[in-house]
Amino acid sequence: MEKSIFRFVLRYSTRQQVVILLLTLSSFPFLYYSLELPKQIVNDAIGGQNFPKEFFGYQFEQVPYLVLLSLLFLTLVVVNGVFKFRINTLKGRLGERMLRRLRYELYARVIRFPLPRFRKVSQGEIIPMITAEVEPLGGFIGDSIALPVFQGGTLLVYLTFIFMQDPILGAAAVSLYPFQGWLIPRLQRKVNQLGKQRVRAMRQISDRIGESVSGMPEIHAHDTSAWHLADLSHRYGDVYDIRFEIFQRKFFIKFLNNFINQLTPFFFYLIGGYLVIKGSISFGSLVAVLAAYKDLAGPWKELLDYYQMKEDIRIKYEQVIEQFDLPELMPAALIAADADPGQRLTGAMVFSNVSFGEDTGPKILDNVSCTLPLDAHTAIVGGPGRDEFAMLVARLLMPTGGRIRVGDKDLSQLPEAVTGRRIAYVGQTSYMFTASLRDNLYYGLRHRPLKPSELDERAQAEWKRRAHESKEAGNTDFPLDADWIDYQAAGCDGPDTLRRRTMEVLAMVDLSDDVYGLGLNGTLNGENCGDVVKRILEARTALRAELAQPSMRSLVEVWNPERYNNNATVAENLLFGSPVGPVFAIDSMAENTYVLEVLEKVGMTGDFLDMGVQVARTMIELFADLPPGHQFFEQFSFISSEDLPDFQPIVAKADKDGLDSLKPEEKRRLMALPFKLIPARHRLGLMNPDLERRLLEARQVFARDLPDALRGCVEFFVEDAYNAASTIQDNILFGKVAYGQAQVGGKVGRLMAQVIDELGLRETIQEIGLDHYVGVAGSRLSRAQRQKVALARGILKNPDLLVINEATAGLDGASQSQIHNAILEERQGRGVVWVLHRPSIARRFDQTLVLRGGQLAEHGSYQDLDKPGTVMHELLAAE
Amino acid sequence: MSLAEEVELLRRIPMFANVEISKLKLLAFTSERVSFHAGDVLFQQNEMGSSAFIIVSGEADITVDTPGGPLVVAHVGRNDFIGEIAILCDVPRTASVVARTDMTTLCISKDLFFRMVTEFPQMAVEIMRVLAQRLENTTRQLQEAVSGAKPG
Repeated sequence: MEKSIFRFVLRYSTRQQVVILLLTLSSFPFLYYSLELPKQIVNDAIGGQNFPKEFFGYQFEQVPYLVLLSLLFLTLVVVNGVFKFRINTLKGRLGERMLRRLRYELYARVIRFPLPRFRKVSQGEIIPMITAEVEPLGGFIGDSIALPVFQGGTLLVYLTFIFMQDPILGAAAVSLYPFQGWLIPRLQRKVNQLGKQRVRAMRQISDRIGESVSGMPEIHAHDTSAWHLADLSHRYGDVYDIRFEIFQRKFFIKFLNNFINQLTPFFFYLIGGYLVIKGSISFGSLVAVLAAYKDLAGPWKELLDYYQMKEDIRIKYEQVIEQFDLPELMPAALIAADADPGQRLTGAMVFSNVSFGEDTGPKILDNVSCTLPLDAHTAIVGGPGRDEFAMLVARLLMPTGGRIRVGDKDLSQLPEAVTGRRIAYVGQTSYMFTASLRDNLYYGLRHRPLKPSELDERAQAEWKRRAHESKEAGNTDFPLDADWIDYQAAGCDGPDTLRRRTMEVLAMVDLSDDVYGLGLNGTLNGENCGDVVKRILEARTALRAELAQPSMRSLVEVWNPERYNNNATVAENLLFGSPVGPVFAIDSMAENTYVLEVLEKVGMTGDFLDMGVQVARTMIELFADLPPGHQFFEQFSFISSEDLPDFQPIVAKADKDGLDSLKPEEKRRLMALPFKLIPARHRLGLMNPDLERRLLEARQVFARDLPDALRGCVEFFVEDAYNAASTIQDNILFGKVAYGQAQVGGKVGRLMAQVIDELGLRETIQEIGLDHYVGVAGSRLSRAQRQKVALARGILKNPDLLVINEATAGLDGASQSQIHNAILEERQGRGVVWVLHRPSIARRFDQTLVLRGGQLAEHGSYQDLDKPGTVMHELLAAE
Repeated sequence: MSLAEEVELLRRIPMFANVEISKLKLLAFTSERVSFHAGDVLFQQNEMGSSAFIIVSGEADITVDTPGGPLVVAHVGRNDFIGEIAILCDVPRTASVVARTDMTTLCISKDLFFRMVTEFPQMAVEIMRVLAQRLENTTRQLQEAVSGAKPG
């Protein structure tokens, strides 16, 4: 990368800089004339004599002449404004483009970092560099050339003028410039050093904050928050000191500059005055020089500001660049090059005297030579060095000695378009991206945009504009909304075959049931799901028939508009629907004026208050003794531990002075409680047939009087309609699973599965499960699920070589053996390199490599190696 | 049956007899009421247990597997507390329990049970007392059996 900001600016924006400069210069005459014109208007038009005056060959009387000059003035104002607007726009655009280019380049470099580098730099340092630290550069770049040239030029013009008036006065005017030119950079140097310190200190702070975010459970688990707070406080203190020092020095420089600038007039008055008195120069010249000198201050100050800013930016740029300008970056061509779709790896991967080690440390792998056939299965056991071995095979690491060949090519020379597509690597912990499960599964198929999305004319034009803009900033113009999925690579011919293939692969990695479960808890969100809706309603009907059997009747309490549902909350019973958005969410029911209105209409306000008091009383009785924050609060209590003390006086007051004595706010808090009540679960004995009857009445009133504005906030339960706000499971059940039945969850689940399978809905539901959002870094999946997704992702890629690095170690035994069988079966006759966490699994592999101390200790078939005296035998015995 | 009735029921169980009412109420509130049909299996021998049961109504057979098939070794009914060994000692179920009639039970999960015990020491003491009593009974029975088996 360019070592200095100016080289960067010149390399990518010389043309634009010249345009800005020319435009700036050409604006100058207009600006100058607009300063001159008012004088003309006052002196010639208003105070002038000798009319008519001649203007461009025309004769003008006084008033028309005034009008003419005033109009001219107005025109100049507009012209100047337009100039300024254009120049600023150009500068802004240039700055933004260059900033975009710089950020893109930095990010592209992060991608090219060799993996071991990420052990040394944390994301807490990298992110602010790319985001915050380079931000001020954009504002500077537009001005970087034009401003010094323009202001310097202005300064020169004034100086020339002064010199032409009188060389001695001219010399006096510039006499202090050499001193200033010597002193200010000297003072600035210290500021620069402080600036560097500030950047370093801020980076460490963001690193620490990042670390705290990742290590938050440890902080709480060990009560170390005070230590962390002190650490940060200390660091903020350092930054404060640095910044304060910078302020002081910066303003001192300004002060000094101002002082020196005022010193020169002092000489003018003294020397110039003396010369006038002595008659060496005319009085007029002195006045003119003084006026010109006053104008010098403007550009001079601008130049000083520019200089300080330039220094600041220069340091920022250099400090960022040095972190990204590494000698050992992966060659850009390896990453950028595309490959033929049909290109395959064939033959075998051959390691010749391969070594690997960090810069200074000992060699982790030493002189390993072996052959990994791409049509057979190789097991790696033993260690250390097996992680590195697997990563070398997948070209995630480059050997520090020796050579790896695949077929007739050097592995390290192959572009990532080949290694990343033809080799799949699944490690012990695999990263999930914050997207849907489907996106994560198809992640390994997204190499290049393959089929542009169909755009209408306007979108097309918009896309072209954006692509052009990307190019201008040196960014890639690959369209993000194109279809990136490489169906062909996965061995499929389109979305449908890929879908089928996905289901197969999910079964291989024992994920089908999980995805089915996610699907049941998912909602439909596409537009073209009319058919799915129809089939889910069929399932509802079929399940209803099953539940009609006497032995099943008690399992689910079905929604019935005429009946109170004892297994649902009071809120659900009232709404008789699912809330959409926050308006009718269970926690805000008591704050909703419409809900309160409905309760009032059926005369239930008092009942709710009454129930609220009883619930609150019970909660206080049950939970008041528990320490605050006890798990029971979250699990069982209607009232959180923080709120519980608030309720004690409310209940006491209600008991003593009656419900009417309560303030509206207190009433509201009490009324919020009964909404959460599930009679069958909580068994508080608060509901009775009369209350149920009136709640049913409220249910009807609620639906009948619902204002149009709120209609979108609730999706009612309708016997033969799909409820888009509910999960698939709730739609099929159309009721609540009953509390208090033995193993009811399992029974209902089996019954549902039976209905779903009979209707051939399972795959559809799994499809919906694939839309499950996996959360930040896959946090909404279990560890085992994440590993299974990673395996599926690797297999879906249909690679020539599948590298698995202990990826199944964290799974339970049954899953493990099922997945091992399925994968080895699937990869029959194709390359597998599997680092095994248990050597005994090697029995099923064509060959086994045994590592010991970073060297290849033994290799051969399992039968050959499993003999007394071998390393393999030892490993097996130790298992 | 409401919470209040469940609390009454818990009080009649020796293990909980001396525990404060408010704690019993909490136990009742936080446990789940589960009903079984006649013939349902509450839990199976050798499975890992995750909950204990207090029988509210109905009766059940306790059976152990023998080479000759399941053998009924005891009956339990209203107010009996069953399945506590497996959750206390983290061992697999020592016997199976099968509902003989329709049953209603209070199901106390292992987590809940442990939290109650650690939270309320007097409950732990009561449980200890009951278990010690059982051990004493068993020991005496064993002694009687041994001395009874001796000739003469």
